[in-house]
Amino acid sequence: MSEVMDIKYAAAATFDSAKDLYDAAGKVREKGYKNWECFSPIPVHGLDAQMGYPRSKVPRFTLAGGFTGFFTGMLIVWFMNEFDYPLIVGGKPYFSPIYPFPVFYELTILFAAFGTLFGMFFLNRLPQHNHPVFEHPDFGRTGDDQYMIVIEVEDPLFDDEETLSFLESVGGESVQIIREPID
Amino acid sequence: MSEVNQAEQHDILKKVDPAPWKDVPLVLNNRSYKWVTDKICGIVESKTPTWWWWCFITALCIASFTGMGLVYLVSTGVGVWGNNNPVNWGWAIVNFVFWIGIGHAGTLISAVLCLLKQKWRTSINRASEAMTVFAVLCAGIFPLFHVGRVWFAWWLFPLPNANAIWPQFRSPLEWDVFAVSTYATVSILFWYMGMIPDMAVLRDRATQTWRKYFYGFFAMGWRNANNHWRNFEMAYLLLAGLSTPLVLSVHTIVSFDFAVANLPGWHTTIFPPYFVAGAIFSGFGMVLTLLLPVRAAFGLRDLITQKHIDNMCMITLATGSLVGYAYAMEFFIAWYGANSYEGFAFINRAFGNYWWSYWIMISCNVICPQLFWFKKIRENTPLVWIISIFVNVGMWFERFVIANTTLSRDFLPSSWGYYSPTVVDIFTFFGTFGFFSVLFLLFLRFLPLMPMCEVKSVMPQANPHADH
Repeated sequence: MSEVMDIKYAAAATFDSAKDLYDAAGKVREKGYKNWECFSPIPVHGLDAQMGYPRSKVPRFTLAGGFTGFFTGMLIVWFMNEFDYPLIVGGKPYFSPIYPFPVFYELTILFAAFGTLFGMFFLNRLPQHNHPVFEHPDFGRTGDDQYMIVIEVEDPLFDDEETLSFLESVGGESVQIIREPID
Repeated sequence: MSEVNQAEQHDILKKVDPAPWKDVPLVLNNRSYKWVTDKICGIVESKTPTWWWWCFITALCIASFTGMGLVYLVSTGVGVWGNNNPVNWGWAIVNFVFWIGIGHAGTLISAVLCLLKQKWRTSINRASEAMTVFAVLCAGIFPLFHVGRVWFAWWLFPLPNANAIWPQFRSPLEWDVFAVSTYATVSILFWYMGMIPDMAVLRDRATQTWRKYFYGFFAMGWRNANNHWRNFEMAYLLLAGLSTPLVLSVHTIVSFDFAVANLPGWHTTIFPPYFVAGAIFSGFGMVLTLLLPVRAAFGLRDLITQKHIDNMCMITLATGSLVGYAYAMEFFIAWYGANSYEGFAFINRAFGNYWWSYWIMISCNVICPQLFWFKKIRENTPLVWIISIFVNVGMWFERFVIANTTLSRDFLPSSWGYYSPTVVDIFTFFGTFGFFSVLFLLFLRFLPLMPMCEVKSVMPQANPHADH
């Protein structure tokens, strides 16, 4: 079958400024849409609250990483210098939480940093090299100087004509349907 | 009473005309977002400039000196370096501390200035972070090869080996292994994470297949979605918060290499803060040395403005003065502490066998940056660049003075000696500048030089609450 099939993914509208996006996002949320997203070249200040997003969960991963690092540090020093091969050096104790503190400290930071980065990846569901939104002909400009709102077909309130005219009414330009090719 | 005062104040406000607060724009000439994207991506996407090839080939040639030095060292032994008794730490430790210190300004700009909400950092932080990563790589060469049998260097890490002996964690040198490797790793993570949105921009603009794959791979499928930005911003803030105590701890632990030893001139509590201030000082010197030519070569005057240069000069001035204060305080404590060995160590530093290096250090680190008090000098870019070179030279000599004056004149006069580097020392160190430049030139050519999303965020268009 050579013909490329596609299915409807979402309705999209572009905006020219952060302010237009911010105002329109408020209206989309008030209307009661659930499966929608804003795209912007910068993190727009205050847009999270405007979209009704809760606080990011990345800090939990950081905290978990930090604790793991600290206790890993303690564990390796205790295991290596006290348990597995006790070695007398400089008359100091085999294990103490004091003298190897730099080791715990650095490992806390190291593991917390990995927790932060991978936590961010996990929460953002990355890496995901393909996504229907990339099918939008002007998607590249959302990294440059354009803003975009996308309302997915999955949304319970989605209706072809109504959603498109709603996006126009909140100031969206080049309102269109994004179609996702399937084979 | 207070009401009266308030009323009086209001009357005064009516009479006087308060001067409007003039915010200097961080991007000059009212540039648009598109201009910023085209400018930064254009550097990577355009044809390789001829000057780049000349610089790259020169840098490769210089880097080969490190290669030759190390090959000769590994095939012969550490004896080819000038290290001897009593100066067992020669140029290796000096170069190590020098390069590690340089890295610190990158982390300071990316992390500490981020937490302090210094918006001017946005246009210089990517290049400074790159500098950090490359400087740490250069630094790592020296302790790695100083161990002698470099193929056993992995014994420094807590890995099981054939002798069934573990690293011993009472030594500051082992703490250093953890500090420096953590520093290198976290710097790379921070640098990479900041680059993800910019890689996505390059991916979306790419026309050649290899670019689509290269930038696409590293962009990880980033979509500029607000949900992505939300987690990204939080992660960025957290990494900044983690890097701040990290950068302070790394040079603190490097200073422990000296301060934990019982030698006069080293065994002082001032070392950690003094090393950190010196590291930031030398790092800003290197940032100026690198970014002023980059600014001229790529025409980035609207993005790296005079305000940026002023701020960097003033930080150099502040940290240079802090370092000068530390030099003075060391002398004061040596006298006030009434320890004859400590007193001798400091008199020897300034007037002993290495007096010349001490005075090079004082003139480059304490006197030279004082020129930055003057606006005329800060606005003279070639002069700022020359002063930044002096800062780099001075900070190398600081480490030389600390390591060598103390070791060459220890407690027993019978073991006193004089340290001179060999040709192999000089080759190896000289070559690291080439190695560093090779990496930095590759960075300029293939990676986004400035964080576009952050630069755009500090432009007036980013404000969603203002009328446009």
